[in-house]
Amino acid sequence: MTQSPRGSGSGSARPPGAGVPAPPAVPPQSGPPQSGSAEQRRPGPGAPAAATPPPVPPSPEPRRTAFAEGVDRLRAAAVTEPGRLRIIGALLAALVVAFGTVTAWQMNERSLAADDVLTRSQPLTSDAADIYRSLADANTAASSGFLAGGQETRESRERYEKGIRAAAEGLVTAAAASDADSPSAATITELNRLLPEYKGLVERARTYNRQGFPVGGAYLRYANEKMQQDMLPAAEDLYQTENARLSADYADARPYPWAALALGVLALAGLFWAQYRNYRRTNRVLNHGLVAATATAAIVLLWLVVGHSVARSGLGDSYDHGVRSLNVLHDARIASLKARGNENLTLVARGAETTKAGDETVDAYDFEFGKNMDALGKGLDEAARLADDDTGGQPVAAATGNMKEWKKRHTAARAQDENGNYQQALDLVIGGKGATVECFDGVDASLATALGHEEREFRQAAGDGLDAMRHLPQGAGVLAGLGAAGALLGIGRRLSEYR
Amino acid sequence: MRARRLRSGLKGWGGVGAMAVACALAVVFALLLPVVRSPGDPGGTGNGPGGGFGSDSGSGGQGVAHGSQARAAEECTDPEKQTLAPADSDGPAIDAIQGREGEKRKLVVGVDQNSFRWGYRDPNSRGAAQLEGFDIDLVHRIAEDILGDEDAVQFKAIPTDQRIPAIRDGRVDMVVRTMTINCDRLEDVAFSAPYFRTGQQVLAPKSSDITGYDGTLAGKRICTAAGSTALSTLEQDREDGGLAAGADLSTTVPNQLDCLVRLQLGEVDAVVTDGALAASQAAQDPTVELKGDSFTTEYYGVAMKKDADDLVRRVNRILADWRADETDGWQHSYEEWLSETMDDAAKSRPPAPQYLRKS
Repeated sequence: MTQSPRGSGSGSARPPGAGVPAPPAVPPQSGPPQSGSAEQRRPGPGAPAAATPPPVPPSPEPRRTAFAEGVDRLRAAAVTEPGRLRIIGALLAALVVAFGTVTAWQMNERSLAADDVLTRSQPLTSDAADIYRSLADANTAASSGFLAGGQETRESRERYEKGIRAAAEGLVTAAAASDADSPSAATITELNRLLPEYKGLVERARTYNRQGFPVGGAYLRYANEKMQQDMLPAAEDLYQTENARLSADYADARPYPWAALALGVLALAGLFWAQYRNYRRTNRVLNHGLVAATATAAIVLLWLVVGHSVARSGLGDSYDHGVRSLNVLHDARIASLKARGNENLTLVARGAETTKAGDETVDAYDFEFGKNMDALGKGLDEAARLADDDTGGQPVAAATGNMKEWKKRHTAARAQDENGNYQQALDLVIGGKGATVECFDGVDASLATALGHEEREFRQAAGDGLDAMRHLPQGAGVLAGLGAAGALLGIGRRLSEYR
Repeated sequence: MRARRLRSGLKGWGGVGAMAVACALAVVFALLLPVVRSPGDPGGTGNGPGGGFGSDSGSGGQGVAHGSQARAAEECTDPEKQTLAPADSDGPAIDAIQGREGEKRKLVVGVDQNSFRWGYRDPNSRGAAQLEGFDIDLVHRIAEDILGDEDAVQFKAIPTDQRIPAIRDGRVDMVVRTMTINCDRLEDVAFSAPYFRTGQQVLAPKSSDITGYDGTLAGKRICTAAGSTALSTLEQDREDGGLAAGADLSTTVPNQLDCLVRLQLGEVDAVVTDGALAASQAAQDPTVELKGDSFTTEYYGVAMKKDADDLVRRVNRILADWRADETDGWQHSYEEWLSETMDDAAKSRPPAPQYLRKS
């Protein structure tokens, strides 16, 4: 690669018999004093290019004399051939080394990206979705607790605390994994500031609620407003950012390593040509060194093609069956949480908030509930379509069943409320048997199961993909080194015949 | 069948026609009234411009009704007196309520669920999540009278600035929600006779240097409910230069109680609201108090649709009974809900009502 003075000559000199451009290169190898230096040069595989130029400057006279004196025409031709052989050897070695290096580099990049997908960006995306879900969950639980009156139920209190805790933990993980100046970090800081503020409001609401003062409800509304208008949008931002990072990592891990493939083909072609040339010149079929070099190059190329294809398909699987399902399921779960929150708030607010749907004035929370349920239904349909096995499909089907029942019961609860039977409506929403809370819990549990399953599928597929290219960079490097050595040895073996 | 459809079709056109005539007459009367100033004819059922309840009313009556409204808007001095005399007669509005069937046979009332002792849900009340309070007592009494069942009520909680739209859109039959009778509102809704007397007052932390509705409010952040009398009064005063300089009115909330939240969180320095509501806020937080006397005099009334004359008359009759009822009436409710947090009842009891609106 580097021997430009020779390279230019050798390019045209390579076709057999074209000896004309060689002369400038010939003299160095010819003289008896140089035969010794040639010997030295041969074993040093990487060196020929660098080692050959120095002999050029020394006095041309001795060479000329040596050339004129002790060498006949055959010898002169033979002397020309080693020169070519050296060039060929250097080129082959360089090609194989380049092939190995580029392969190692490109595959290292891809495997790092794949590793990021598996161990960084996907978990962070899941974390971000969990933060969102935990916050929405805590908010929903708080409003349920309020609906239940001063003595909130143990479940709703625990659920609220669990949501807050999970959100706080998720924020710590997300903070540790985000770069200091990234937009994610700013969002996380914002959420970290808002979370205790929110909790403070809810605690005040609880205290006043216990004392029987309606200002507790006012605090809860304020807390809810903070959650809906500041915190959930921030959490959604975080989720979107992490999701974009996941997509970027996928994009880095999946493209074909074209440069490595092209170099591999070129190296193999060069090796085959060298052997063919050898065969034509010497009638010898096998040159051990060159065969070894060909074999290693072929192995690297094969490994590269197969390894990357497997990795690619593994990653593709992990995306198609993992990430896409996970996204859909996360969205569905969040929709169900929002729906539940709005169902509760419909009863908390008792018609205090209205909105326009076309010409009709409708309850704002109930209107939102309808939209959330539509989103949930669509999400579940999509999840059912994406689910590729029974283990994944079954919980989605269960969630769909629960959702239908939920809608039915919700309609009944709304009818009671519309008729002014508030207590009955309340019983149908947060009461025990037959209340919509059962359906919501069912949907949530099913979706959690489905999420767990898809997460496992994702890990499996992405892990397989990563494994497929795990040792490729190192292997390609080592094998390329061996291949280059083989090529040099093979050429050297031929060269030694000229001494 | 066909005949009926034809008749109902004609009826509809009759209504439209009557309305067109009424509008034309209204314009004429409005122009002529300063000159003519006729006392109006109380005889007709007097469906107003909404025409929501039927089509058989005489156009003359409607025109007069319009005329009196135009007059009311022009020279509105004592808004609390602009109501119809009590009567027991039924009419289209009451028929519509009584005509509801089954589960729907309820009086739909807009109330507050955030006003301690007025209309609120005691979170610790046993079992039933009932709303209770002074206003709620009155609602039950009205339901008892109109539908024969004091629990035949569908409560709708409505924020302060939704009270008038809720009535106008027919989402509620009436609003019983510490609603001040004033001239602006009289243009959109009809009020009953007053059932409570109050006035705007300032609420601030005990430690605050605010002493009342005066110069000490300079530069302070004041919280009011959107669409409340407090807000419109303060805005008017600011225009007239009556409000302390630099007072910041930018914090408005859906409910007066949300002001207490902002006050406790230090987001505002003072709250201005009706004295009755300010007292109920102070009752929930021992570190705040009413500062100074009330600086306006206002009356709460039951708000109804503008053309629901029969309902207004009926409610006025119910109110008269309620005030007179010694054992289970106004006084009883006052003692049960308000005496703890407010001064003696005499200050809050409205004067004997006058019924100056004739139709």
